[in-house]
Amino acid sequence: MDFQVVVLAGGTSKELVPLVSKEVPKPLLPVANRPVLSYVLEQLELSNLKDLIVVVEGEDAALRVGGWISGAYVDRLHVEVAAVPEDVGTAGALRAIARHLTAKDILVVSGDLVSDVPPGAVAAAHRRHDAVVTSMICSTPVSGPVESGSVGAKDKIKKPRRFNIIGLDPTKQFLLYIASGAEVEKDLHIPKSILRAVGQMDIQADLMDAHMYAFKRAVLLEVLEQKQNFHSLRHDVLPYLVKTQLKSEILLNGTPQAEENGHDKVTSESNQTIISQILANASTPRFHEVYESIHNGSPTVQRTHKCCAYIASNSKYCARLNSIQAFSDINRDVIGEANHLSGYSFSVHNNIIHPSSELGSKTTVGPHCMLGEGSLMGDKCSVKRSVIGRHCRIGSNVKIVNSVVMDHVTLGDGSSIQGSIVCSNVQIQERVVLKDCQIGAGFVVSAGSEHKGESLTRKEK
Amino acid sequence: MDARRGSLPVPRVRQVGFFTPNAQPAPTRSQSGPPDSSSPPLSDSPASNSLSPVMIPPPRHHSDNLAAAPRPTSPLPVPEPSPFRRRGADNNNALLVGSYNPAETLLAMSPSSSHVGDGESEETMSGGWFRRSNSGKLASSLPSGTFDFSPVQSTAEALKPNKVQNPVGISVLNNTILAEVSARPAPKEQQPEAPSSSKQPKPKLTKAERRALQESQRAAKAAAKAVAAPEEVATIKSVKQHQTQKKDAPQVAVSVAASERKGGDKSQEKERRKDAPAPRMQFDDKSRVEKAKRRSVVDQTEAKKRVELFRHLPQYEHGTQLADLESKFLQLDPMHPAIYKVGLQYLAGDISGGNARCIAMLQAFQQVVKDYSTPPEKTLPRDLTAKISSYVSFFTQCRPLSMSMGNAIRFLKNRIAKLSPSLSESESKSSICTDIDRFINEKIVLADRVIVQHASSKVKDGDVLLVYGSSCVVEMVLLHSHELGKQFRVIVVDSRPKLEGKALLRRLVAKGVHCTYTHINAVSYVMHEVTKVFLGASSVLSNGTVYSRVGTACVAMVAHAFRVPVIICCEAYKFHERVQLDSICSNELGDPDAIGKVPGRMDVNYLNDVSNSGNLQLLNLMYDATPADYVSMIVTDYGMIPPTSVPVIVREYRRDHLLI
Repeated sequence: MDFQVVVLAGGTSKELVPLVSKEVPKPLLPVANRPVLSYVLEQLELSNLKDLIVVVEGEDAALRVGGWISGAYVDRLHVEVAAVPEDVGTAGALRAIARHLTAKDILVVSGDLVSDVPPGAVAAAHRRHDAVVTSMICSTPVSGPVESGSVGAKDKIKKPRRFNIIGLDPTKQFLLYIASGAEVEKDLHIPKSILRAVGQMDIQADLMDAHMYAFKRAVLLEVLEQKQNFHSLRHDVLPYLVKTQLKSEILLNGTPQAEENGHDKVTSESNQTIISQILANASTPRFHEVYESIHNGSPTVQRTHKCCAYIASNSKYCARLNSIQAFSDINRDVIGEANHLSGYSFSVHNNIIHPSSELGSKTTVGPHCMLGEGSLMGDKCSVKRSVIGRHCRIGSNVKIVNSVVMDHVTLGDGSSIQGSIVCSNVQIQERVVLKDCQIGAGFVVSAGSEHKGESLTRKEK
Repeated sequence: MDARRGSLPVPRVRQVGFFTPNAQPAPTRSQSGPPDSSSPPLSDSPASNSLSPVMIPPPRHHSDNLAAAPRPTSPLPVPEPSPFRRRGADNNNALLVGSYNPAETLLAMSPSSSHVGDGESEETMSGGWFRRSNSGKLASSLPSGTFDFSPVQSTAEALKPNKVQNPVGISVLNNTILAEVSARPAPKEQQPEAPSSSKQPKPKLTKAERRALQESQRAAKAAAKAVAAPEEVATIKSVKQHQTQKKDAPQVAVSVAASERKGGDKSQEKERRKDAPAPRMQFDDKSRVEKAKRRSVVDQTEAKKRVELFRHLPQYEHGTQLADLESKFLQLDPMHPAIYKVGLQYLAGDISGGNARCIAMLQAFQQVVKDYSTPPEKTLPRDLTAKISSYVSFFTQCRPLSMSMGNAIRFLKNRIAKLSPSLSESESKSSICTDIDRFINEKIVLADRVIVQHASSKVKDGDVLLVYGSSCVVEMVLLHSHELGKQFRVIVVDSRPKLEGKALLRRLVAKGVHCTYTHINAVSYVMHEVTKVFLGASSVLSNGTVYSRVGTACVAMVAHAFRVPVIICCEAYKFHERVQLDSICSNELGDPDAIGKVPGRMDVNYLNDVSNSGNLQLLNLMYDATPADYVSMIVTDYGMIPPTSVPVIVREYRRDHLLI
């Protein structure tokens, strides 16, 4: 279909410390015991997009990601892993791999997207409107645990929810304005020409930019080249394209059309214009064309471009793993309400217990739980709405609620873990009480301690 | 003999619309048959001139006859799908009701064959005409005639031998009284039935019949290479000689027809079949719909509340299709992106209008051809044709194709089939591409220019022109006349729900044309001041019927009543040999919800609360058929013609269309 896919996998994101580390870069963070990147790759594979470029920040991370991909997808996908220096931003990453981009349209997907929206839908909307950029927009996922209100209050204050302010035309097909909530202080600055051309504009704050874009390659590269200071796709490139859609500075169709005319000597130029006229008149005019016809007499030089939005339906799941809160939310959802994403088949009790794991007597594993392979649990434990990784050793009388426990974790007897994230190789001794904590990899929590809302990491030596 | 025969077996008899088994509703727009049997064929010409098997034996005759001619001798309520036979019955009502009289009726149509002796020479003289007319008539009429006019025992006889082949088909025919004959040729499985009838009468033939049979067979052989028509006339002659002897003469006729069919030129038949458009899907045929569904790419859920009268047309839930198709965009491997894009645009309504859709489709095909490479062990003409067929069916699922697009597809396939095998792949590809370009340029762009020249000569100073909807040719005519400095005023008549006239209005006003904008409700009011009506057309059928955006017929009718000339602007590639008398058998249904909503006004939702009740079915028709009576003139690339001349264009230039 002439689409090239770039997966921006990121590297060791600062926002996810202490979950990420040198050993576990962001793309490899386990979501329901699978690296988060696998969700994107599988979605792409479903759409027959098997030639991918995965861009990872940092050489080390790239090596690890590359190693994992070649192991997991060796015969299924054709993936090139490209390493870019850290902190170049998404725009910089694309700049770095610009020469590898050859297809007519580029699909840029963030590696932390967990979604079941088919990328094809974005591509189709892009093609249908012949847009310069099409962005997938989904409704903001519900943040925080659904039931227990115990968590959150603090978290929410710490991390205000990422609002996107998104302006759409009445048909909800075109992007008229986009800004992330953090940038917006008091006012929105919208070009008057856009407002005048559209007539009516819906501004919504409950939508989220899912960071899946389809770009016209020529336009993307031109913008990246011209505006060297652009750092991020979302904060710089997309708003720029949206803002200038009626006063396009990029020459869109001028050159390629001229080429075509040159080739066809049979068809005279006037015929060509008549044909395009017929086609243009037949299609329902978008505000772009209307604006063009009013302000620009000659139809040959196009001064507008289209920025489309594909709005995922509410029935689809779509979330980005870009904060610690999002990490636990996504883990909860993938084994909970969006469990078709996980790729596992759930038992009658609505949970997954690997056959090689062992449970002690009177130990209960509730619904929406996952127990990885080779994990041992002692007696009288109770697990609710949690993910437990591989080869964990859990003592007796342990309570795990709303938590994520990664691989090779040792939990002492009588400990209670609630709303927390416990990374790999953590050792938690007896009678520890954790609430809303994040424990970095390899940390040892001493016996009898109680923590609430803390982030514990091992000191780097 | 006539190859067409092969693809035209028993007309499918269907029940459509307001149908009650015993009482046939009299169709409103009926042209009755010629009053006396010697009058020249007027009303039959549309049907019979049609080259294609896709023709609609006009339903009016059946019902006419049912109303007018009670048949005491025929106790069975037999279906009578044959137009000419029916008329014959009408005419010869007094003399023979139960008996078959093909010769006379045929003679009524084709006076030239009335003299038995010199038939030969006359036929050659008028071969061109009669080939078409007769074959069409015969093919559609003969098989059913067996059941129609013969008395009961002969019907029984006719049924007997058929058991061997397909008794079911016959019983179906007998049981369904027809309100209308389907627009397409009968499905293929019914075909064997027709040849089988050739065996019917054999054991019971009288000497005379046998002679007739032999004679006709001889005639068939002789005529196999020549034009198809004469032999048919000869058949009729021979039949005529003996028709008085026995009442089961029709069987002879059937057998004759069948034997002739056997002797038909195979290659010609093949070619014919290739030319013939695929039978139109009837969506009230459950098994076929199921089959089509399994194949289909677009996931279509059938509308829950379908309008009964239009059950034979696809009625799907709108709204879900686009999202569904979009999500499959990358998953459908064999679909070319250009095709997919155009299909999406059809489905979303981004492209509408006959010319634009046709151009978009052809350009997509051009893209396909450019990117095409023949797979190993396949030949380009065959593989590419198959590919294009699959793309066409995809387009059809997105939106039913217009007849003009059907013509364009036929042209393209024909060109591919006619590619010389000595050409290399790249040569043939470029040749196809140039062909497509030429089609677009000659049949659409240049045709439009010629039409504009012709039509703008009809615009005089001080004219008030009424246009309806948004037709690109009409728009060009208006703009060109305006550029010529003519002083005229335009009344743009529009209709809900698409309000296409608005875009036209915007462009006209931008060019400085004086315009009035009104809706079709007010057409009778504004018609007083109108001096000419310019209309576009989606297709012009060979009986002069103009198939166009719904509302056109209304405008034309009002104009006719006000004695205002109605000028149709239509490119000749949109002409179709089909005949259609109403807008029911073939039409397109739009989104039914669109008529209940006003775009941009969420508060106008008067139908919301009732739309879920079972008593309400919303019908959003897209096209209607304007009878030729209302049309004063058709401006086409071959000049300005009366609607009665459409079949001439179709016949004379058909080859041109296919070959350019």
